[in-house]
Amino acid sequence: MAIDYLPILILIIVAFLFAAFILGLTWVLGPKRPNKAKDEPIESGMIPFTSPRQRFSVQYYMVAMMFILFDVEVIFLYPWAVKMGQLKWFGIAEMAVFLLILVIGFFFVWKKGAFEWD
Amino acid sequence: MIPTTYILLLSALIFTIGAVGVLVRRNALIIFMSIEMMLNSVNLTLIAAANQWGNLTGQIFVFIVIAVAAVEVAVGLAIIMAIVRHKDTTNIDEVHLLKG
Amino acid sequence: MTLPNLDLPPLLPEIILIGMALLLLVVDMAARFRDARAEGSLMAGLTFASVLIAAGATAAGIGGGDASVAGVVLVDDLSRYLNLVVLLAAGLSVLLAWAYVPQFSRESSSFYALVLLATAGMMFMGKSVELITLFVSLEILSVSLYILTGFNRHQLASAEGALKYFLLGAFSSGFFLYGLALFYVQTGSTQLAEIAAQDSGGVLLLIGLGLLLVGFFFKLAGVPFHMWAPDAYQGAPTPVTGFMSVATKAAAFIALFRVLAAVPGVPVEVWGWAVAIVAVLTMTWGNFAALRQKSLKRMLAYSSIAHAGYMMTGLVAGTDALNAILYYLFAYAFMNIGAFAVAAMLERPTPNAPQDATIDAARGLFDRRPALATAMAIFMLSLTGIPPLVGFFGKLYVFGAAVSAGWAWLAVVGMLNSVVSAYYYLRVVVVMFMAPEDETSYVRSRIPAGAGTAIAVAVTGVLLMGLLATPVFVELGRAVIALR
Repeated sequence: MAIDYLPILILIIVAFLFAAFILGLTWVLGPKRPNKAKDEPIESGMIPFTSPRQRFSVQYYMVAMMFILFDVEVIFLYPWAVKMGQLKWFGIAEMAVFLLILVIGFFFVWKKGAFEWD
Repeated sequence: MIPTTYILLLSALIFTIGAVGVLVRRNALIIFMSIEMMLNSVNLTLIAAANQWGNLTGQIFVFIVIAVAAVEVAVGLAIIMAIVRHKDTTNIDEVHLLKG
Repeated sequence: MTLPNLDLPPLLPEIILIGMALLLLVVDMAARFRDARAEGSLMAGLTFASVLIAAGATAAGIGGGDASVAGVVLVDDLSRYLNLVVLLAAGLSVLLAWAYVPQFSRESSSFYALVLLATAGMMFMGKSVELITLFVSLEILSVSLYILTGFNRHQLASAEGALKYFLLGAFSSGFFLYGLALFYVQTGSTQLAEIAAQDSGGVLLLIGLGLLLVGFFFKLAGVPFHMWAPDAYQGAPTPVTGFMSVATKAAAFIALFRVLAAVPGVPVEVWGWAVAIVAVLTMTWGNFAALRQKSLKRMLAYSSIAHAGYMMTGLVAGTDALNAILYYLFAYAFMNIGAFAVAAMLERPTPNAPQDATIDAARGLFDRRPALATAMAIFMLSLTGIPPLVGFFGKLYVFGAAVSAGWAWLAVVGMLNSVVSAYYYLRVVVVMFMAPEDETSYVRSRIPAGAGTAIAVAVTGVLLMGLLATPVFVELGRAVIALR
């Protein structure tokens, strides 16, 4: 029966009211003396110089893109390394072609200045 | 062992969440993340199937998909950056020069 | 362990293109150029030469039988003709881009390298008989085209077109990939031949085919999956627009044929209706949207959607329509890239890049440039489907294939749509020949040699392929007979 749970409901309401009452009481009675040090986001340690909500330099995206590209290509080395013993020269030739293409791309973005910070 | 069907259902669910995300979100970056979610749910499908069939084709497929997804990330970020340089927004509703 | 049979000579055309793409980057690193035009000319020249050599190598192989490389690609006459369509589109676009790209970019080497990679991706897509290869080649061409669409970094329109193309393209790639994955879940193989050897279909194959069709319709810009196409086509540099409107369709159609022929237990009665409905929506929407365009490029973009619809009409006839669609693709390469080449000549230059041409820019063109106006008139009449131009025979063969496969009503819808399209194509002709010149009209004072050559080749193609329609069609029929 739902009526059996009525005491629990009453208890919940009382608990909320009591919590609100105590919080309200401290707000009314407690002394409020704000100062500059208390309003800092972090009260101890380094004082922040600027707003933390600043933008990242667009250069980070450049580096991130280059990193992802060349990082993920390594994935193809794993299965190749596992089968290296059986693939022999065929495998080495294939991987040489793959790495050659990758290295040409790497030197191209280097020459185009993708790694220069300024 | 977890039955393959469960994994397939889970990946179908993730795929659907990704697809719905693409359709309802307006921020290009979030849409982009939803697309990545779709690709990764497919990876889950492929791994489950590779396990079921006991061959490696599905796992090789996953390697390829990961590499392709990385390429899409690079190109997509570059295009979004090009938009931000012009318009200073990533909301696709505010980019509407072309219409008709 | 057996090593894969890596018999490379049949893939010589693709290897030439990819090798040249890498060489362009090396040349760019090694050489110093006087200005953007000098660099652009060298890169375009090298690219054009490699396209010609690849086309020659392909043409030499026609009739040389089938060759399977590593079990993932099949070099047959169908794929050789697809190579020729794609290389034709690439060659004409490179000629058009020759003087066009240096107007807004100093990165000619990247531009042409991407064109070559996209071309190679399309050529691989048409010959892949294995799902991973199909996916990788689709992504090579898509990613290259995303960058090419946004290549003009000074214009917001270019970046916006690229963003829409990229987001929706990547979205559709997700569907495409999931479809492929379901094929693998059902059959345990990614070889089309092994998938075809399955006795029955299974529900996952059906769902997979549905997802795959969604992916293909996105790439073909079929309604209701066309939202990206007008913006991407309008925003992209004009040579890129011409290239992707023709060559992407060609690769996607041939790949779609190979997949549809391989899926077991899914007869034409099932997917035929899906294709027919999309075809009707595509041509009708494309034509009616084209009616109210002011921008010449955007009008051609919608017309391109409509033409994808006409080609889909042939798709319902299955492999019987392959030669009709191949013929249409050749026809479309000539007339559509020709039309975009003329449109590029009407673009008013600004400091950053040429400005979009309006249809009014063609006012009085015949008085100023009679040859250019006549060429444009030929392209417009051919796109409408007026005999004896090539566009007429293309429609005749495609609609004919649909009729003989029992889809007569679809052909009737196609013909009615052609009548609608006459209105906006002929309006361009009227504006060029009848309207007096005013301050809106503009044409470049000097036609660059590359663009002029491209237009001349396109006019020749439209006229010649119209006159030689029957022999060409018979030859194409011989090429695809093995697939029936």
